[in-house]
Amino acid sequence: MPAVQETIDQVKAIDVSEYKYGFITDVEMEKPAKGLTEDTVRYISARKNEPAWMLEWRLDAFRRWKTMTEPTWARVHYPEIDFQDIYYYAAPKMNGAPKSLDEVDPAILDAYKKLGIPLREQEILAGVEPQNRVAVDAVFDSVSVVTTFRAELAKAGVIFCSISDALQEHPELVRKYIGTVVPVTDNYYATLNSAVFTDGSFVYIPKGVRCPMELSTYFRINEKNTGQFERTLIIAEEGSYVSYLEGCTAPQRDENQLHAAVVELITLDDAEIKYSTVQNWYPGDANGKGGIYNFVTKRGDCRGKNSKISWTQVETGSAITWKYPSCILRGDGSRGEFYSIAVSNGMQQVDSGTKMIHLGKNTTSRIISKGISAGRSQNTYRGLVSAHRKATNARNFTNCDSLLIGNQCGAHTVPYIESKTSTATFEHEATTSKISEDQLFYCMQRGLSAEDATALIVNGFVKDVLQQLPMEFAVEAQKLISISLEGSVG
Amino acid sequence: MLEIRNLHVKIADEDKVILNGLNLKVAKGEVAAIMGPNGSGKSTLSYVIAGKPDYEVTGGEVLLDGVNILEMAPDERAAAGLFLAFQYPMEIPGVATMTFLKAAMNAQRRQRGEAELTTPDFIKRVNKAADLLGIPKDMLRRPLNVGFSGGEKKRMEILQMTLLEPKMSIMDETDSGLDIDALKIVAEGVNARRDPEHAFLVITHYQRLLDYIKPDTVHVMSRGQIVKTGGPELALELEANGYRDYQSAA
Repeated sequence: MPAVQETIDQVKAIDVSEYKYGFITDVEMEKPAKGLTEDTVRYISARKNEPAWMLEWRLDAFRRWKTMTEPTWARVHYPEIDFQDIYYYAAPKMNGAPKSLDEVDPAILDAYKKLGIPLREQEILAGVEPQNRVAVDAVFDSVSVVTTFRAELAKAGVIFCSISDALQEHPELVRKYIGTVVPVTDNYYATLNSAVFTDGSFVYIPKGVRCPMELSTYFRINEKNTGQFERTLIIAEEGSYVSYLEGCTAPQRDENQLHAAVVELITLDDAEIKYSTVQNWYPGDANGKGGIYNFVTKRGDCRGKNSKISWTQVETGSAITWKYPSCILRGDGSRGEFYSIAVSNGMQQVDSGTKMIHLGKNTTSRIISKGISAGRSQNTYRGLVSAHRKATNARNFTNCDSLLIGNQCGAHTVPYIESKTSTATFEHEATTSKISEDQLFYCMQRGLSAEDATALIVNGFVKDVLQQLPMEFAVEAQKLISISLEGSVG
Repeated sequence: MLEIRNLHVKIADEDKVILNGLNLKVAKGEVAAIMGPNGSGKSTLSYVIAGKPDYEVTGGEVLLDGVNILEMAPDERAAAGLFLAFQYPMEIPGVATMTFLKAAMNAQRRQRGEAELTTPDFIKRVNKAADLLGIPKDMLRRPLNVGFSGGEKKRMEILQMTLLEPKMSIMDETDSGLDIDALKIVAEGVNARRDPEHAFLVITHYQRLLDYIKPDTVHVMSRGQIVKTGGPELALELEANGYRDYQSAA
């Protein structure tokens, strides 16, 4: 991969000893009182001017949530979360929704500029080939501040907006699909999210349309003591295609912050969604102080025949990651894919993987997971592959590789395989390896420094997955991985 | 070129002494061979010169062009012009051979303050060297040494040596595991670089390799020391009589 050397150089040029996105933006915020009651739910719904059915849906979720208990099966440890000590809504103060970028608080625009996220269409248009354009939905704490290229996308019939706007402009679509992939009752964090979700992206690709550009959402947590509850819903109608990418960062703070998102994807006949994540929430300091708790439910439903959903994730941030992007392979001949790179360093804890649920005939799935553990971190792959009685000829291939750097970290692989049909073919491969002193010495004998050698070996290890990312993000991801592993070579 | 003075080495964290006051000189333009029985410390010597961290130098000096390199990191030694062809080259999964070659060549150039190679220049150099060594192009796209045969790995070492243009090359039992055709190719790769500017230290257990790489000097190593030095005839004598005479010499 020619990007390797370039990446190494870029990494060198950055001040790598610090989390790069840890700055705080000073914006006047509007927040209700801390804590969670029915009133909080009503407040959020009212602020967003939601239809009555949405409020009922939220309240139903809230009542359900109060009867539930936090899951404890993941291999992660953290002190009990006080759900009454969190702000559930924080929005920059403005007079009504901004009609253009000029009405958005310059401090927020500046924050995105620092993050390298282009929000001004004319700046993006200059010198960028149309096919390489990326439309961005920028979510700042609890609200979407801007969505770019909406007009141009609308020409193709594509709806790309915040979920709040979608509830105003296309309530029938939201109502038809929300909660149909991740039910309100699904799990503790998903139910919490259903009650208090604030913003996120909504994408609708009409029949037969290939989305003319990459779509992306950039999540930023800024305010302290605030949870971010994002909700994303993507619908790909018959024969359509979309590639979507999300990125996440947060300031460096001593406290832990909760991010509990729900993402639902739906593909109808012959449609395809490619969903990529580059997650770089603040991971906490070297001693495990601070950092984001990333408790996320992501699921795709291949509802139509021969449809396809592909998840690609590069996870380098968060103090704790609890996340299993999954595929329900309902339509006959549908296909699910999961490509993951999970990097943990310092005191980070990762429990991540996927579920491939084969329901339809001739469904196929593929799982490639690469875990890299350094420092004193713990990195677990947890995955379920199941075939139901009617899923004849279901096929899965799973490959889980773990790479250890140093001798104080841990890698764990917990695969669950269930098949109720004798015609299913499930393959599982797993390896655990360590960057050996001998490999490092060999590379150094050829002139590479210890850090360049480690980056090269790690890049080789994750190559299969990086190839799945859109090109420009692959370079970004490579850079991130190198930064995350900074200082891990003794 | 290379001068080793009274070198004492033990395995780090253990008391086991491997090199015991070793002295050796290799002049510019010279091809020196070290022969010796198994366990005499030949491989350790090559590792210590290259800077492998598993060993502790308890005394002595290793000079490259008059500069003591013992305090330098392995990559600094490489940039200074030292190359070690490994007896067992490492596999680097997922890293295409081409990528590795370019990273290594440019890392050395950067460390020496030279400009990086342009891609066309790099490809031209690799193709030329690969053709010379009979290395097919598809091998260069495969991950470095992964799934390569013993002979292919050794050829890859010679390719790297050719491209990195070291002034001092150490070949650690490069002949082990090679059939006669591969051995000839490897020897040609070395012979092609033989000139008054470059020096070689060829470590081998058998005389066979020296039929193809004619040494100027032959050193016999036993129990961590050089116990005898002579011309090419010494290798033939060892081949006829074995190492018995030297086993108890140290």
